[in-house]
Amino acid sequence: MAGKAAFDELWGFSRGRKPRNGFEPLAEWSGNAPPGELERRQQAAEAAFRNLGITFAVYGEAEAAERIIPFDIIPRVFSAAEWKRLEAGLEQRVNAINAFIDDVYGERRILADGVIPEDIVLANAQFCIPCAAARPPHGVYAHICGIDLVRTGPEQFYVLEDNARTPSGVSYMLENRETMLRLCPELFDLLPVRPVDSYPELLRDTLRSVSPRRSADPVCVLLTPGQYNSAYYEHAFLADNMGIELVEGRDLEVDDDIVWMRTIDGRVRVDVIYRRIDDAFLDPLVFRPDSALGVPGLMAAYTAGNVTLVNAPGTGIADDKAIYSYMPEIVRYYSGEDPILPNVETWRCREPDALKYVLEHLGEMVVKLVDGSGGYGMLVGPTATSTEIERFRAALKAEPHRYIAQPTLALSTVPTLAEGDIAPRHVDFRPFVLTGADGVRIVPGGLTRVALRKGSLVVNSSQGGGTKDSFVLAPQCEGERG
Amino acid sequence: MLSRTAGHLYWLGRYMERAEFTCRLVEATVRLSVLGDHEAGERAWRSALSVVGVHEDFVADGEPFTVPAARRYLTLAEETPSSIRSCLAAARNNALAARTALTVEVWQAINRAWTIVRDRSRPGREQATLNLIEELKAEIRGFEGAVGRMLRSEGHWFIRLGAAVERGDNTARLLDVKYYLLLPPGQEVGGALDRDQWTTILQIVSARTAYRHIYQGPLQPWLVADFLIFRREMPRSLIAAADEAVELLGEFAALSGRQGPADRLARQRLDRLEDLDIVTVFQGGLHEWLAAYIGENAALDGAIARQFRFG
Repeated sequence: MAGKAAFDELWGFSRGRKPRNGFEPLAEWSGNAPPGELERRQQAAEAAFRNLGITFAVYGEAEAAERIIPFDIIPRVFSAAEWKRLEAGLEQRVNAINAFIDDVYGERRILADGVIPEDIVLANAQFCIPCAAARPPHGVYAHICGIDLVRTGPEQFYVLEDNARTPSGVSYMLENRETMLRLCPELFDLLPVRPVDSYPELLRDTLRSVSPRRSADPVCVLLTPGQYNSAYYEHAFLADNMGIELVEGRDLEVDDDIVWMRTIDGRVRVDVIYRRIDDAFLDPLVFRPDSALGVPGLMAAYTAGNVTLVNAPGTGIADDKAIYSYMPEIVRYYSGEDPILPNVETWRCREPDALKYVLEHLGEMVVKLVDGSGGYGMLVGPTATSTEIERFRAALKAEPHRYIAQPTLALSTVPTLAEGDIAPRHVDFRPFVLTGADGVRIVPGGLTRVALRKGSLVVNSSQGGGTKDSFVLAPQCEGERG
Repeated sequence: MLSRTAGHLYWLGRYMERAEFTCRLVEATVRLSVLGDHEAGERAWRSALSVVGVHEDFVADGEPFTVPAARRYLTLAEETPSSIRSCLAAARNNALAARTALTVEVWQAINRAWTIVRDRSRPGREQATLNLIEELKAEIRGFEGAVGRMLRSEGHWFIRLGAAVERGDNTARLLDVKYYLLLPPGQEVGGALDRDQWTTILQIVSARTAYRHIYQGPLQPWLVADFLIFRREMPRSLIAAADEAVELLGEFAALSGRQGPADRLARQRLDRLEDLDIVTVFQGGLHEWLAAYIGENAALDGAIARQFRFG
């Protein structure tokens, strides 16, 4: 079962904890640290996070309890060659995602050519009918994608999920790195780690590149639901680091299809909105009428081409899990190439044969809601109770089209501090891919999430997961090491 | 700057100033109440509740009046917006909402002050209360220091403008509750005047030694009033707060090239203070004058909110 024979990012498949080629310095560093030293530094890191207020609110907990996400001090490392392949695969995939969204809200060639069944797109809850009326400035829809990757072996990387709506977590990538630089500076002498701190600048460049006006100095803002949102810290952090205003819906108004923000000197025209609120809350005139988070008239301004929304409304169609199962075909259709990064094998429960197989193997599979996220509405067969399994069996039979199923993968592990020792724990990885009018930008890094409970495969922070820094090594040093 | 952000910063300044004032009020009241007998102690705490304007709320809440209950009400109570805890919670909420306009140091000082009170519900006995206040004052001083190191731009000015408006209000309320103690010679009320009471007033505005430097003589109650209203050297005097409001509004005007009703109100108030003296104030009635001043201060607060579009 998962856990026993998992590939370890540091030790590979070796039984004797022999480090992989090029990763020896990290193994020595973590192996030779005096007892208690790594724990002490880890506690210092968590204290720093708490002081900075890097907390997140867990839905359903009393008073939106502010917790910090546990941080593990042993980083996860990518070799330069691994990263090069991931980078190419990510760019290919995100380009296909953007082409796909443009197509389904425009000509719908992919449907006409029968590559994807029409109903899976047009009858999808994520298909945004009001969005079909507008093509965003510069034709980019998913400006910021968080592509969740998992790994099962040296060459076996898979895309687990495409997050094309409002992916979060990039502030952890940046803060984790700051913390590692402060607490473990010697590691950066031992390994040629590529920096990630240019992310806010790249993001700002991306935002500016998609401005609808040819103004030399477009006004970009970050739209947040407010301080009670679980990711508010990240919103504030990014706005601050980009030097743009952090606005709420009530700071904006639409007048004659132009978006303005209210400032102490009067109103200022807004060109680009990096919005961190869901489509449903963007504009009460078009979507949920009870939304107080959005801006009345925003969609009209967007449709008129007077403002760029990042990401564009309607991108949820590309991160729907039913669409996910067609991503290899989508990549082939738009790029004419084979996907560099494969999907995890996926059963679409809407198909009778697949449903039959899934129901027969429920105890071995991971079942997900097609529109779920954050680890909610998910069954991990091997660790589920029989009651949970039966509950999902009933749900699957009732509404099979709402579910997909995947095999339980032996996710790779990374050595992690656990109960005074260093032990392998399962991880996934979310790099962030930026697409502007002038191309794709990827920072060498991302968010490594780690399931801190032994054997657990669920890495979501809302389910008790933690994070690690993710080191991408620079190429030159690898040659030296052979 | 966003109007909403301006509003958050302004209120952050007000709440932190109010928290600090209440800290000193509690500190001075603990001292005053241990100096006198039991009855004097109760009077001191009732008076402290009146200074922050919650004596009636306290009575309405139905809890029998005791000194420990009053101490808790002013420090850690969640049920009143005027306790130190509530001020810090409100300050922190405003800081969170304006997070991008603050430096890490400013935020951390507010957050640390909040964590001191967050999980406590009782201040304990006198000694424990004083220790709590001491800890809080240290963090609030840290906050003021961090604000002092902020970039000299709108964010900094709004926090200080809020603090200046709040300071004027606090000092005026303090004087108003104690005004019967401050009457000029020959009009003593309630028999022998209590030195401890005057000392307490000065301690609340942290000016015990400053008074002696300026007036060089023994404590004169009506000079305490003069000190707290008319002396520019005294940072918590009404005129110093009025000065600061004019100066800060001037910074905005210099940047935007525009002035508004708040600028006019603030200047008129300062002009009037400059043309006045303590004798004239007493002739017209100190209480009446203070009530009018508190009203003017509220009008200025409203004008600021409208002028910067967060009202």
